Amino acid sequence: MSTSTTTSATVAPRTHLPVRDDDAPPPVPRPAIGAPNADELFVRLGAWVAAVAIAWLITQRFLPLAGVPWFLIVLFVSGVAMTALLTTMTGTWVEVKDRVAGAVVTSGALVVGAALVSTVAFVFLRGWRALLHANFFLDDMAGVDPKASFDTGGVAHAISGSLIQLGIALVITLPLGIGTAVFMTEVGGRFSRVVRTVVEAMTALPSIVAGLFVYAVLILTLGFPPSGFAAGMAIAVMMLPIIARAADVVLRVVPGTLREASLAPSASRWRTVWHVVLPTARPGLATAVILGVARGIGETSPVLLTSGAANFLVTNPFEGAMNSLPLYIYNGARSGEPALIDRAFGAAAVLMVLVLVLFVIARLVARPAGGNRRGLVRPVVRPVVRAVGAVVRKIPTSRSSS
Amino acid sequence: MTSLPLSDPGAPEAEPRRISRRPSGGDAVFVNVFRVIGASVLVITGGVGVFLAVQTVPTLRHYGIDFLTTARWEPEIDLLGIAGVVVGTISIAVLAMVFAFPLALLTALFITEYAPARVKPFLVSLVDLMAAVPSIVYGLWGFFLMMPHVAELSYWLQRNFGWVPFFEIRDTDPNSPVWDTTRYIASSFCASVPVAMMVLPMACAVMRQVFSQTPPGEREAALALGATRWGVITSVVLPFGRGGIIGGTMLGLGRALGETIAVALIISPAFEIKWNVLEVGAISVSSLIAIQFSEASPSQLSALLAAGFVLFVLTLVVNTCAAMIVNRSRSGADADA
Repeated sequence: MSTSTTTSATVAPRTHLPVRDDDAPPPVPRPAIGAPNADELFVRLGAWVAAVAIAWLITQRFLPLAGVPWFLIVLFVSGVAMTALLTTMTGTWVEVKDRVAGAVVTSGALVVGAALVSTVAFVFLRGWRALLHANFFLDDMAGVDPKASFDTGGVAHAISGSLIQLGIALVITLPLGIGTAVFMTEVGGRFSRVVRTVVEAMTALPSIVAGLFVYAVLILTLGFPPSGFAAGMAIAVMMLPIIARAADVVLRVVPGTLREASLAPSASRWRTVWHVVLPTARPGLATAVILGVARGIGETSPVLLTSGAANFLVTNPFEGAMNSLPLYIYNGARSGEPALIDRAFGAAAVLMVLVLVLFVIARLVARPAGGNRRGLVRPVVRPVVRAVGAVVRKIPTSRSSS
Repeated sequence: MTSLPLSDPGAPEAEPRRISRRPSGGDAVFVNVFRVIGASVLVITGGVGVFLAVQTVPTLRHYGIDFLTTARWEPEIDLLGIAGVVVGTISIAVLAMVFAFPLALLTALFITEYAPARVKPFLVSLVDLMAAVPSIVYGLWGFFLMMPHVAELSYWLQRNFGWVPFFEIRDTDPNSPVWDTTRYIASSFCASVPVAMMVLPMACAVMRQVFSQTPPGEREAALALGATRWGVITSVVLPFGRGGIIGGTMLGLGRALGETIAVALIISPAFEIKWNVLEVGAISVSSLIAIQFSEASPSQLSALLAAGFVLFVLTLVVNTCAAMIVNRSRSGADADA
């Protein structure tokens, strides 16, 4: 720098020090970037306050549109209109479009949220009374009058039936499903592509058709009685492609470098799978299986065709008709008998609790372990879990290999 | 110290090792065991498809090609046909998508574009939870909570838009002093509401995932040019996610076609090709199976299996198209692997 000033013949550029101006107005605090200023807040909130008032006026005073649904519809329309109107007063057409779109998108998401909340809340509101009775969990419906109150009878037979059938299905699908996934990813070859194509195609199988298949083959052709075993088989036929495909996608995300690192010091391929591939994918596999179970436990249609509905406790899956929670709910809801419908809601609440518990477990398992376990594995877990999330969400679909 | 290896002149000539990709020893056992597992799963799952396909043969032989074109299902006089059933299935599924598509799109946009970053994972879990709620629970919700409201909506639609052919309800007078509720409930319209709830989370999850993969560079470029949030959505997010939107919708449609229990709970069966979606009475393939299987004779059972096969093929075609669209589009280019 000093050289340039000495050699240059022209006037050297000079630095001006800022001079403090005592008469300058006090500095204005800059607003946070992206946060709405007071005007914007007023437009956003004010529009909806105005909309509530307009909706009240229209539905309660001007037009004969009684009822909450009409109020909400008018509220939505007038809210969007007010937002547009208030924005036009200050902003341009572009801003109007932005605000209106924001209002519509948020309302759409709110509708979906309200629908979900109403579903869960409705089931628990109509079913919670049954849950207060201990005998609801411990007794079955043998010899209980359909009109009886909650003091007698319960759904123990349905709960145990659901668990037994699910256990049978899991014993079949877990080794076969994950084994197939290992075959498709680790063994490979032309034959594995055939298997993958067929498995992906079969995820499109509607669950009722899986039930009908087992009904036609196991019960009508082979002469088994309708039983918990048949129901478990039906659930297994339904779940097998789902779990196999989900596990396949999970295993495919395991980085090849890990496999190579294991194979290079001459570990056998089985050891590589058992000690490297499967442990790396463990959280993903667990999530896939648990969410598959959550679907299996709630699936009514295969059970409807294959298990029969006993109203007493059956623990032997080969013995004969065995009830399960979804089937119990279905029959109760169709019976038209108010007491039985209330019981069905109680059973639905139990089923929801089961599904919620499974769901929360799946979330916890899928979360990468909090403690620093092994530095190598941690960065790998995340993509695996993300992939499972993606797969499980579109479980009954086919995803072609990329 | 380092010692150099001494070359032994008497040693035999070193030969290049033979390299073989054929597994040997334990690896061979491993490969073959898992090949057997894969083959058995192939037999089980493929067997279902083949079995269903084979079952359609006696049905078609017995009822002829009329099986596909007859609308009535009357086992008493041995007249079975699935035209009405298939039309009913498709109309319920399409109606469900009419509800589910805009809501799924809006929810996906809200989660990716509008929700604060802190609540985003929570919202994603909520959508997943919605997918995990058993269909029978949605059936209860649709039957006991929603059906009266939906019937009211049907009445309103009929009174104000009765001139639209779909909204016509036969044998009713919208202006009669007493509202005949029984003509408005148990319709395809009522059944499609819980089905929409079931397929919505799936469509939403696919769309959300695709939207979240929008390249940040393009998004920031739009923002830098002064685009509003909506401007970013229309110029970057939606064009990028078009494949995901179409694919997710079709996946939802595929699931809606096969939905059983909620439909069986709500509708009252009516075997005809019916375009009046608000009118009482409807049928779908899956609910037909659920209702009819117990009193079916062997030939009727094979007819039911044939109907199931038709449903399976329908679902398969829709799902395959969806997967192709999702994979062909730019969206999801680096989804995994």
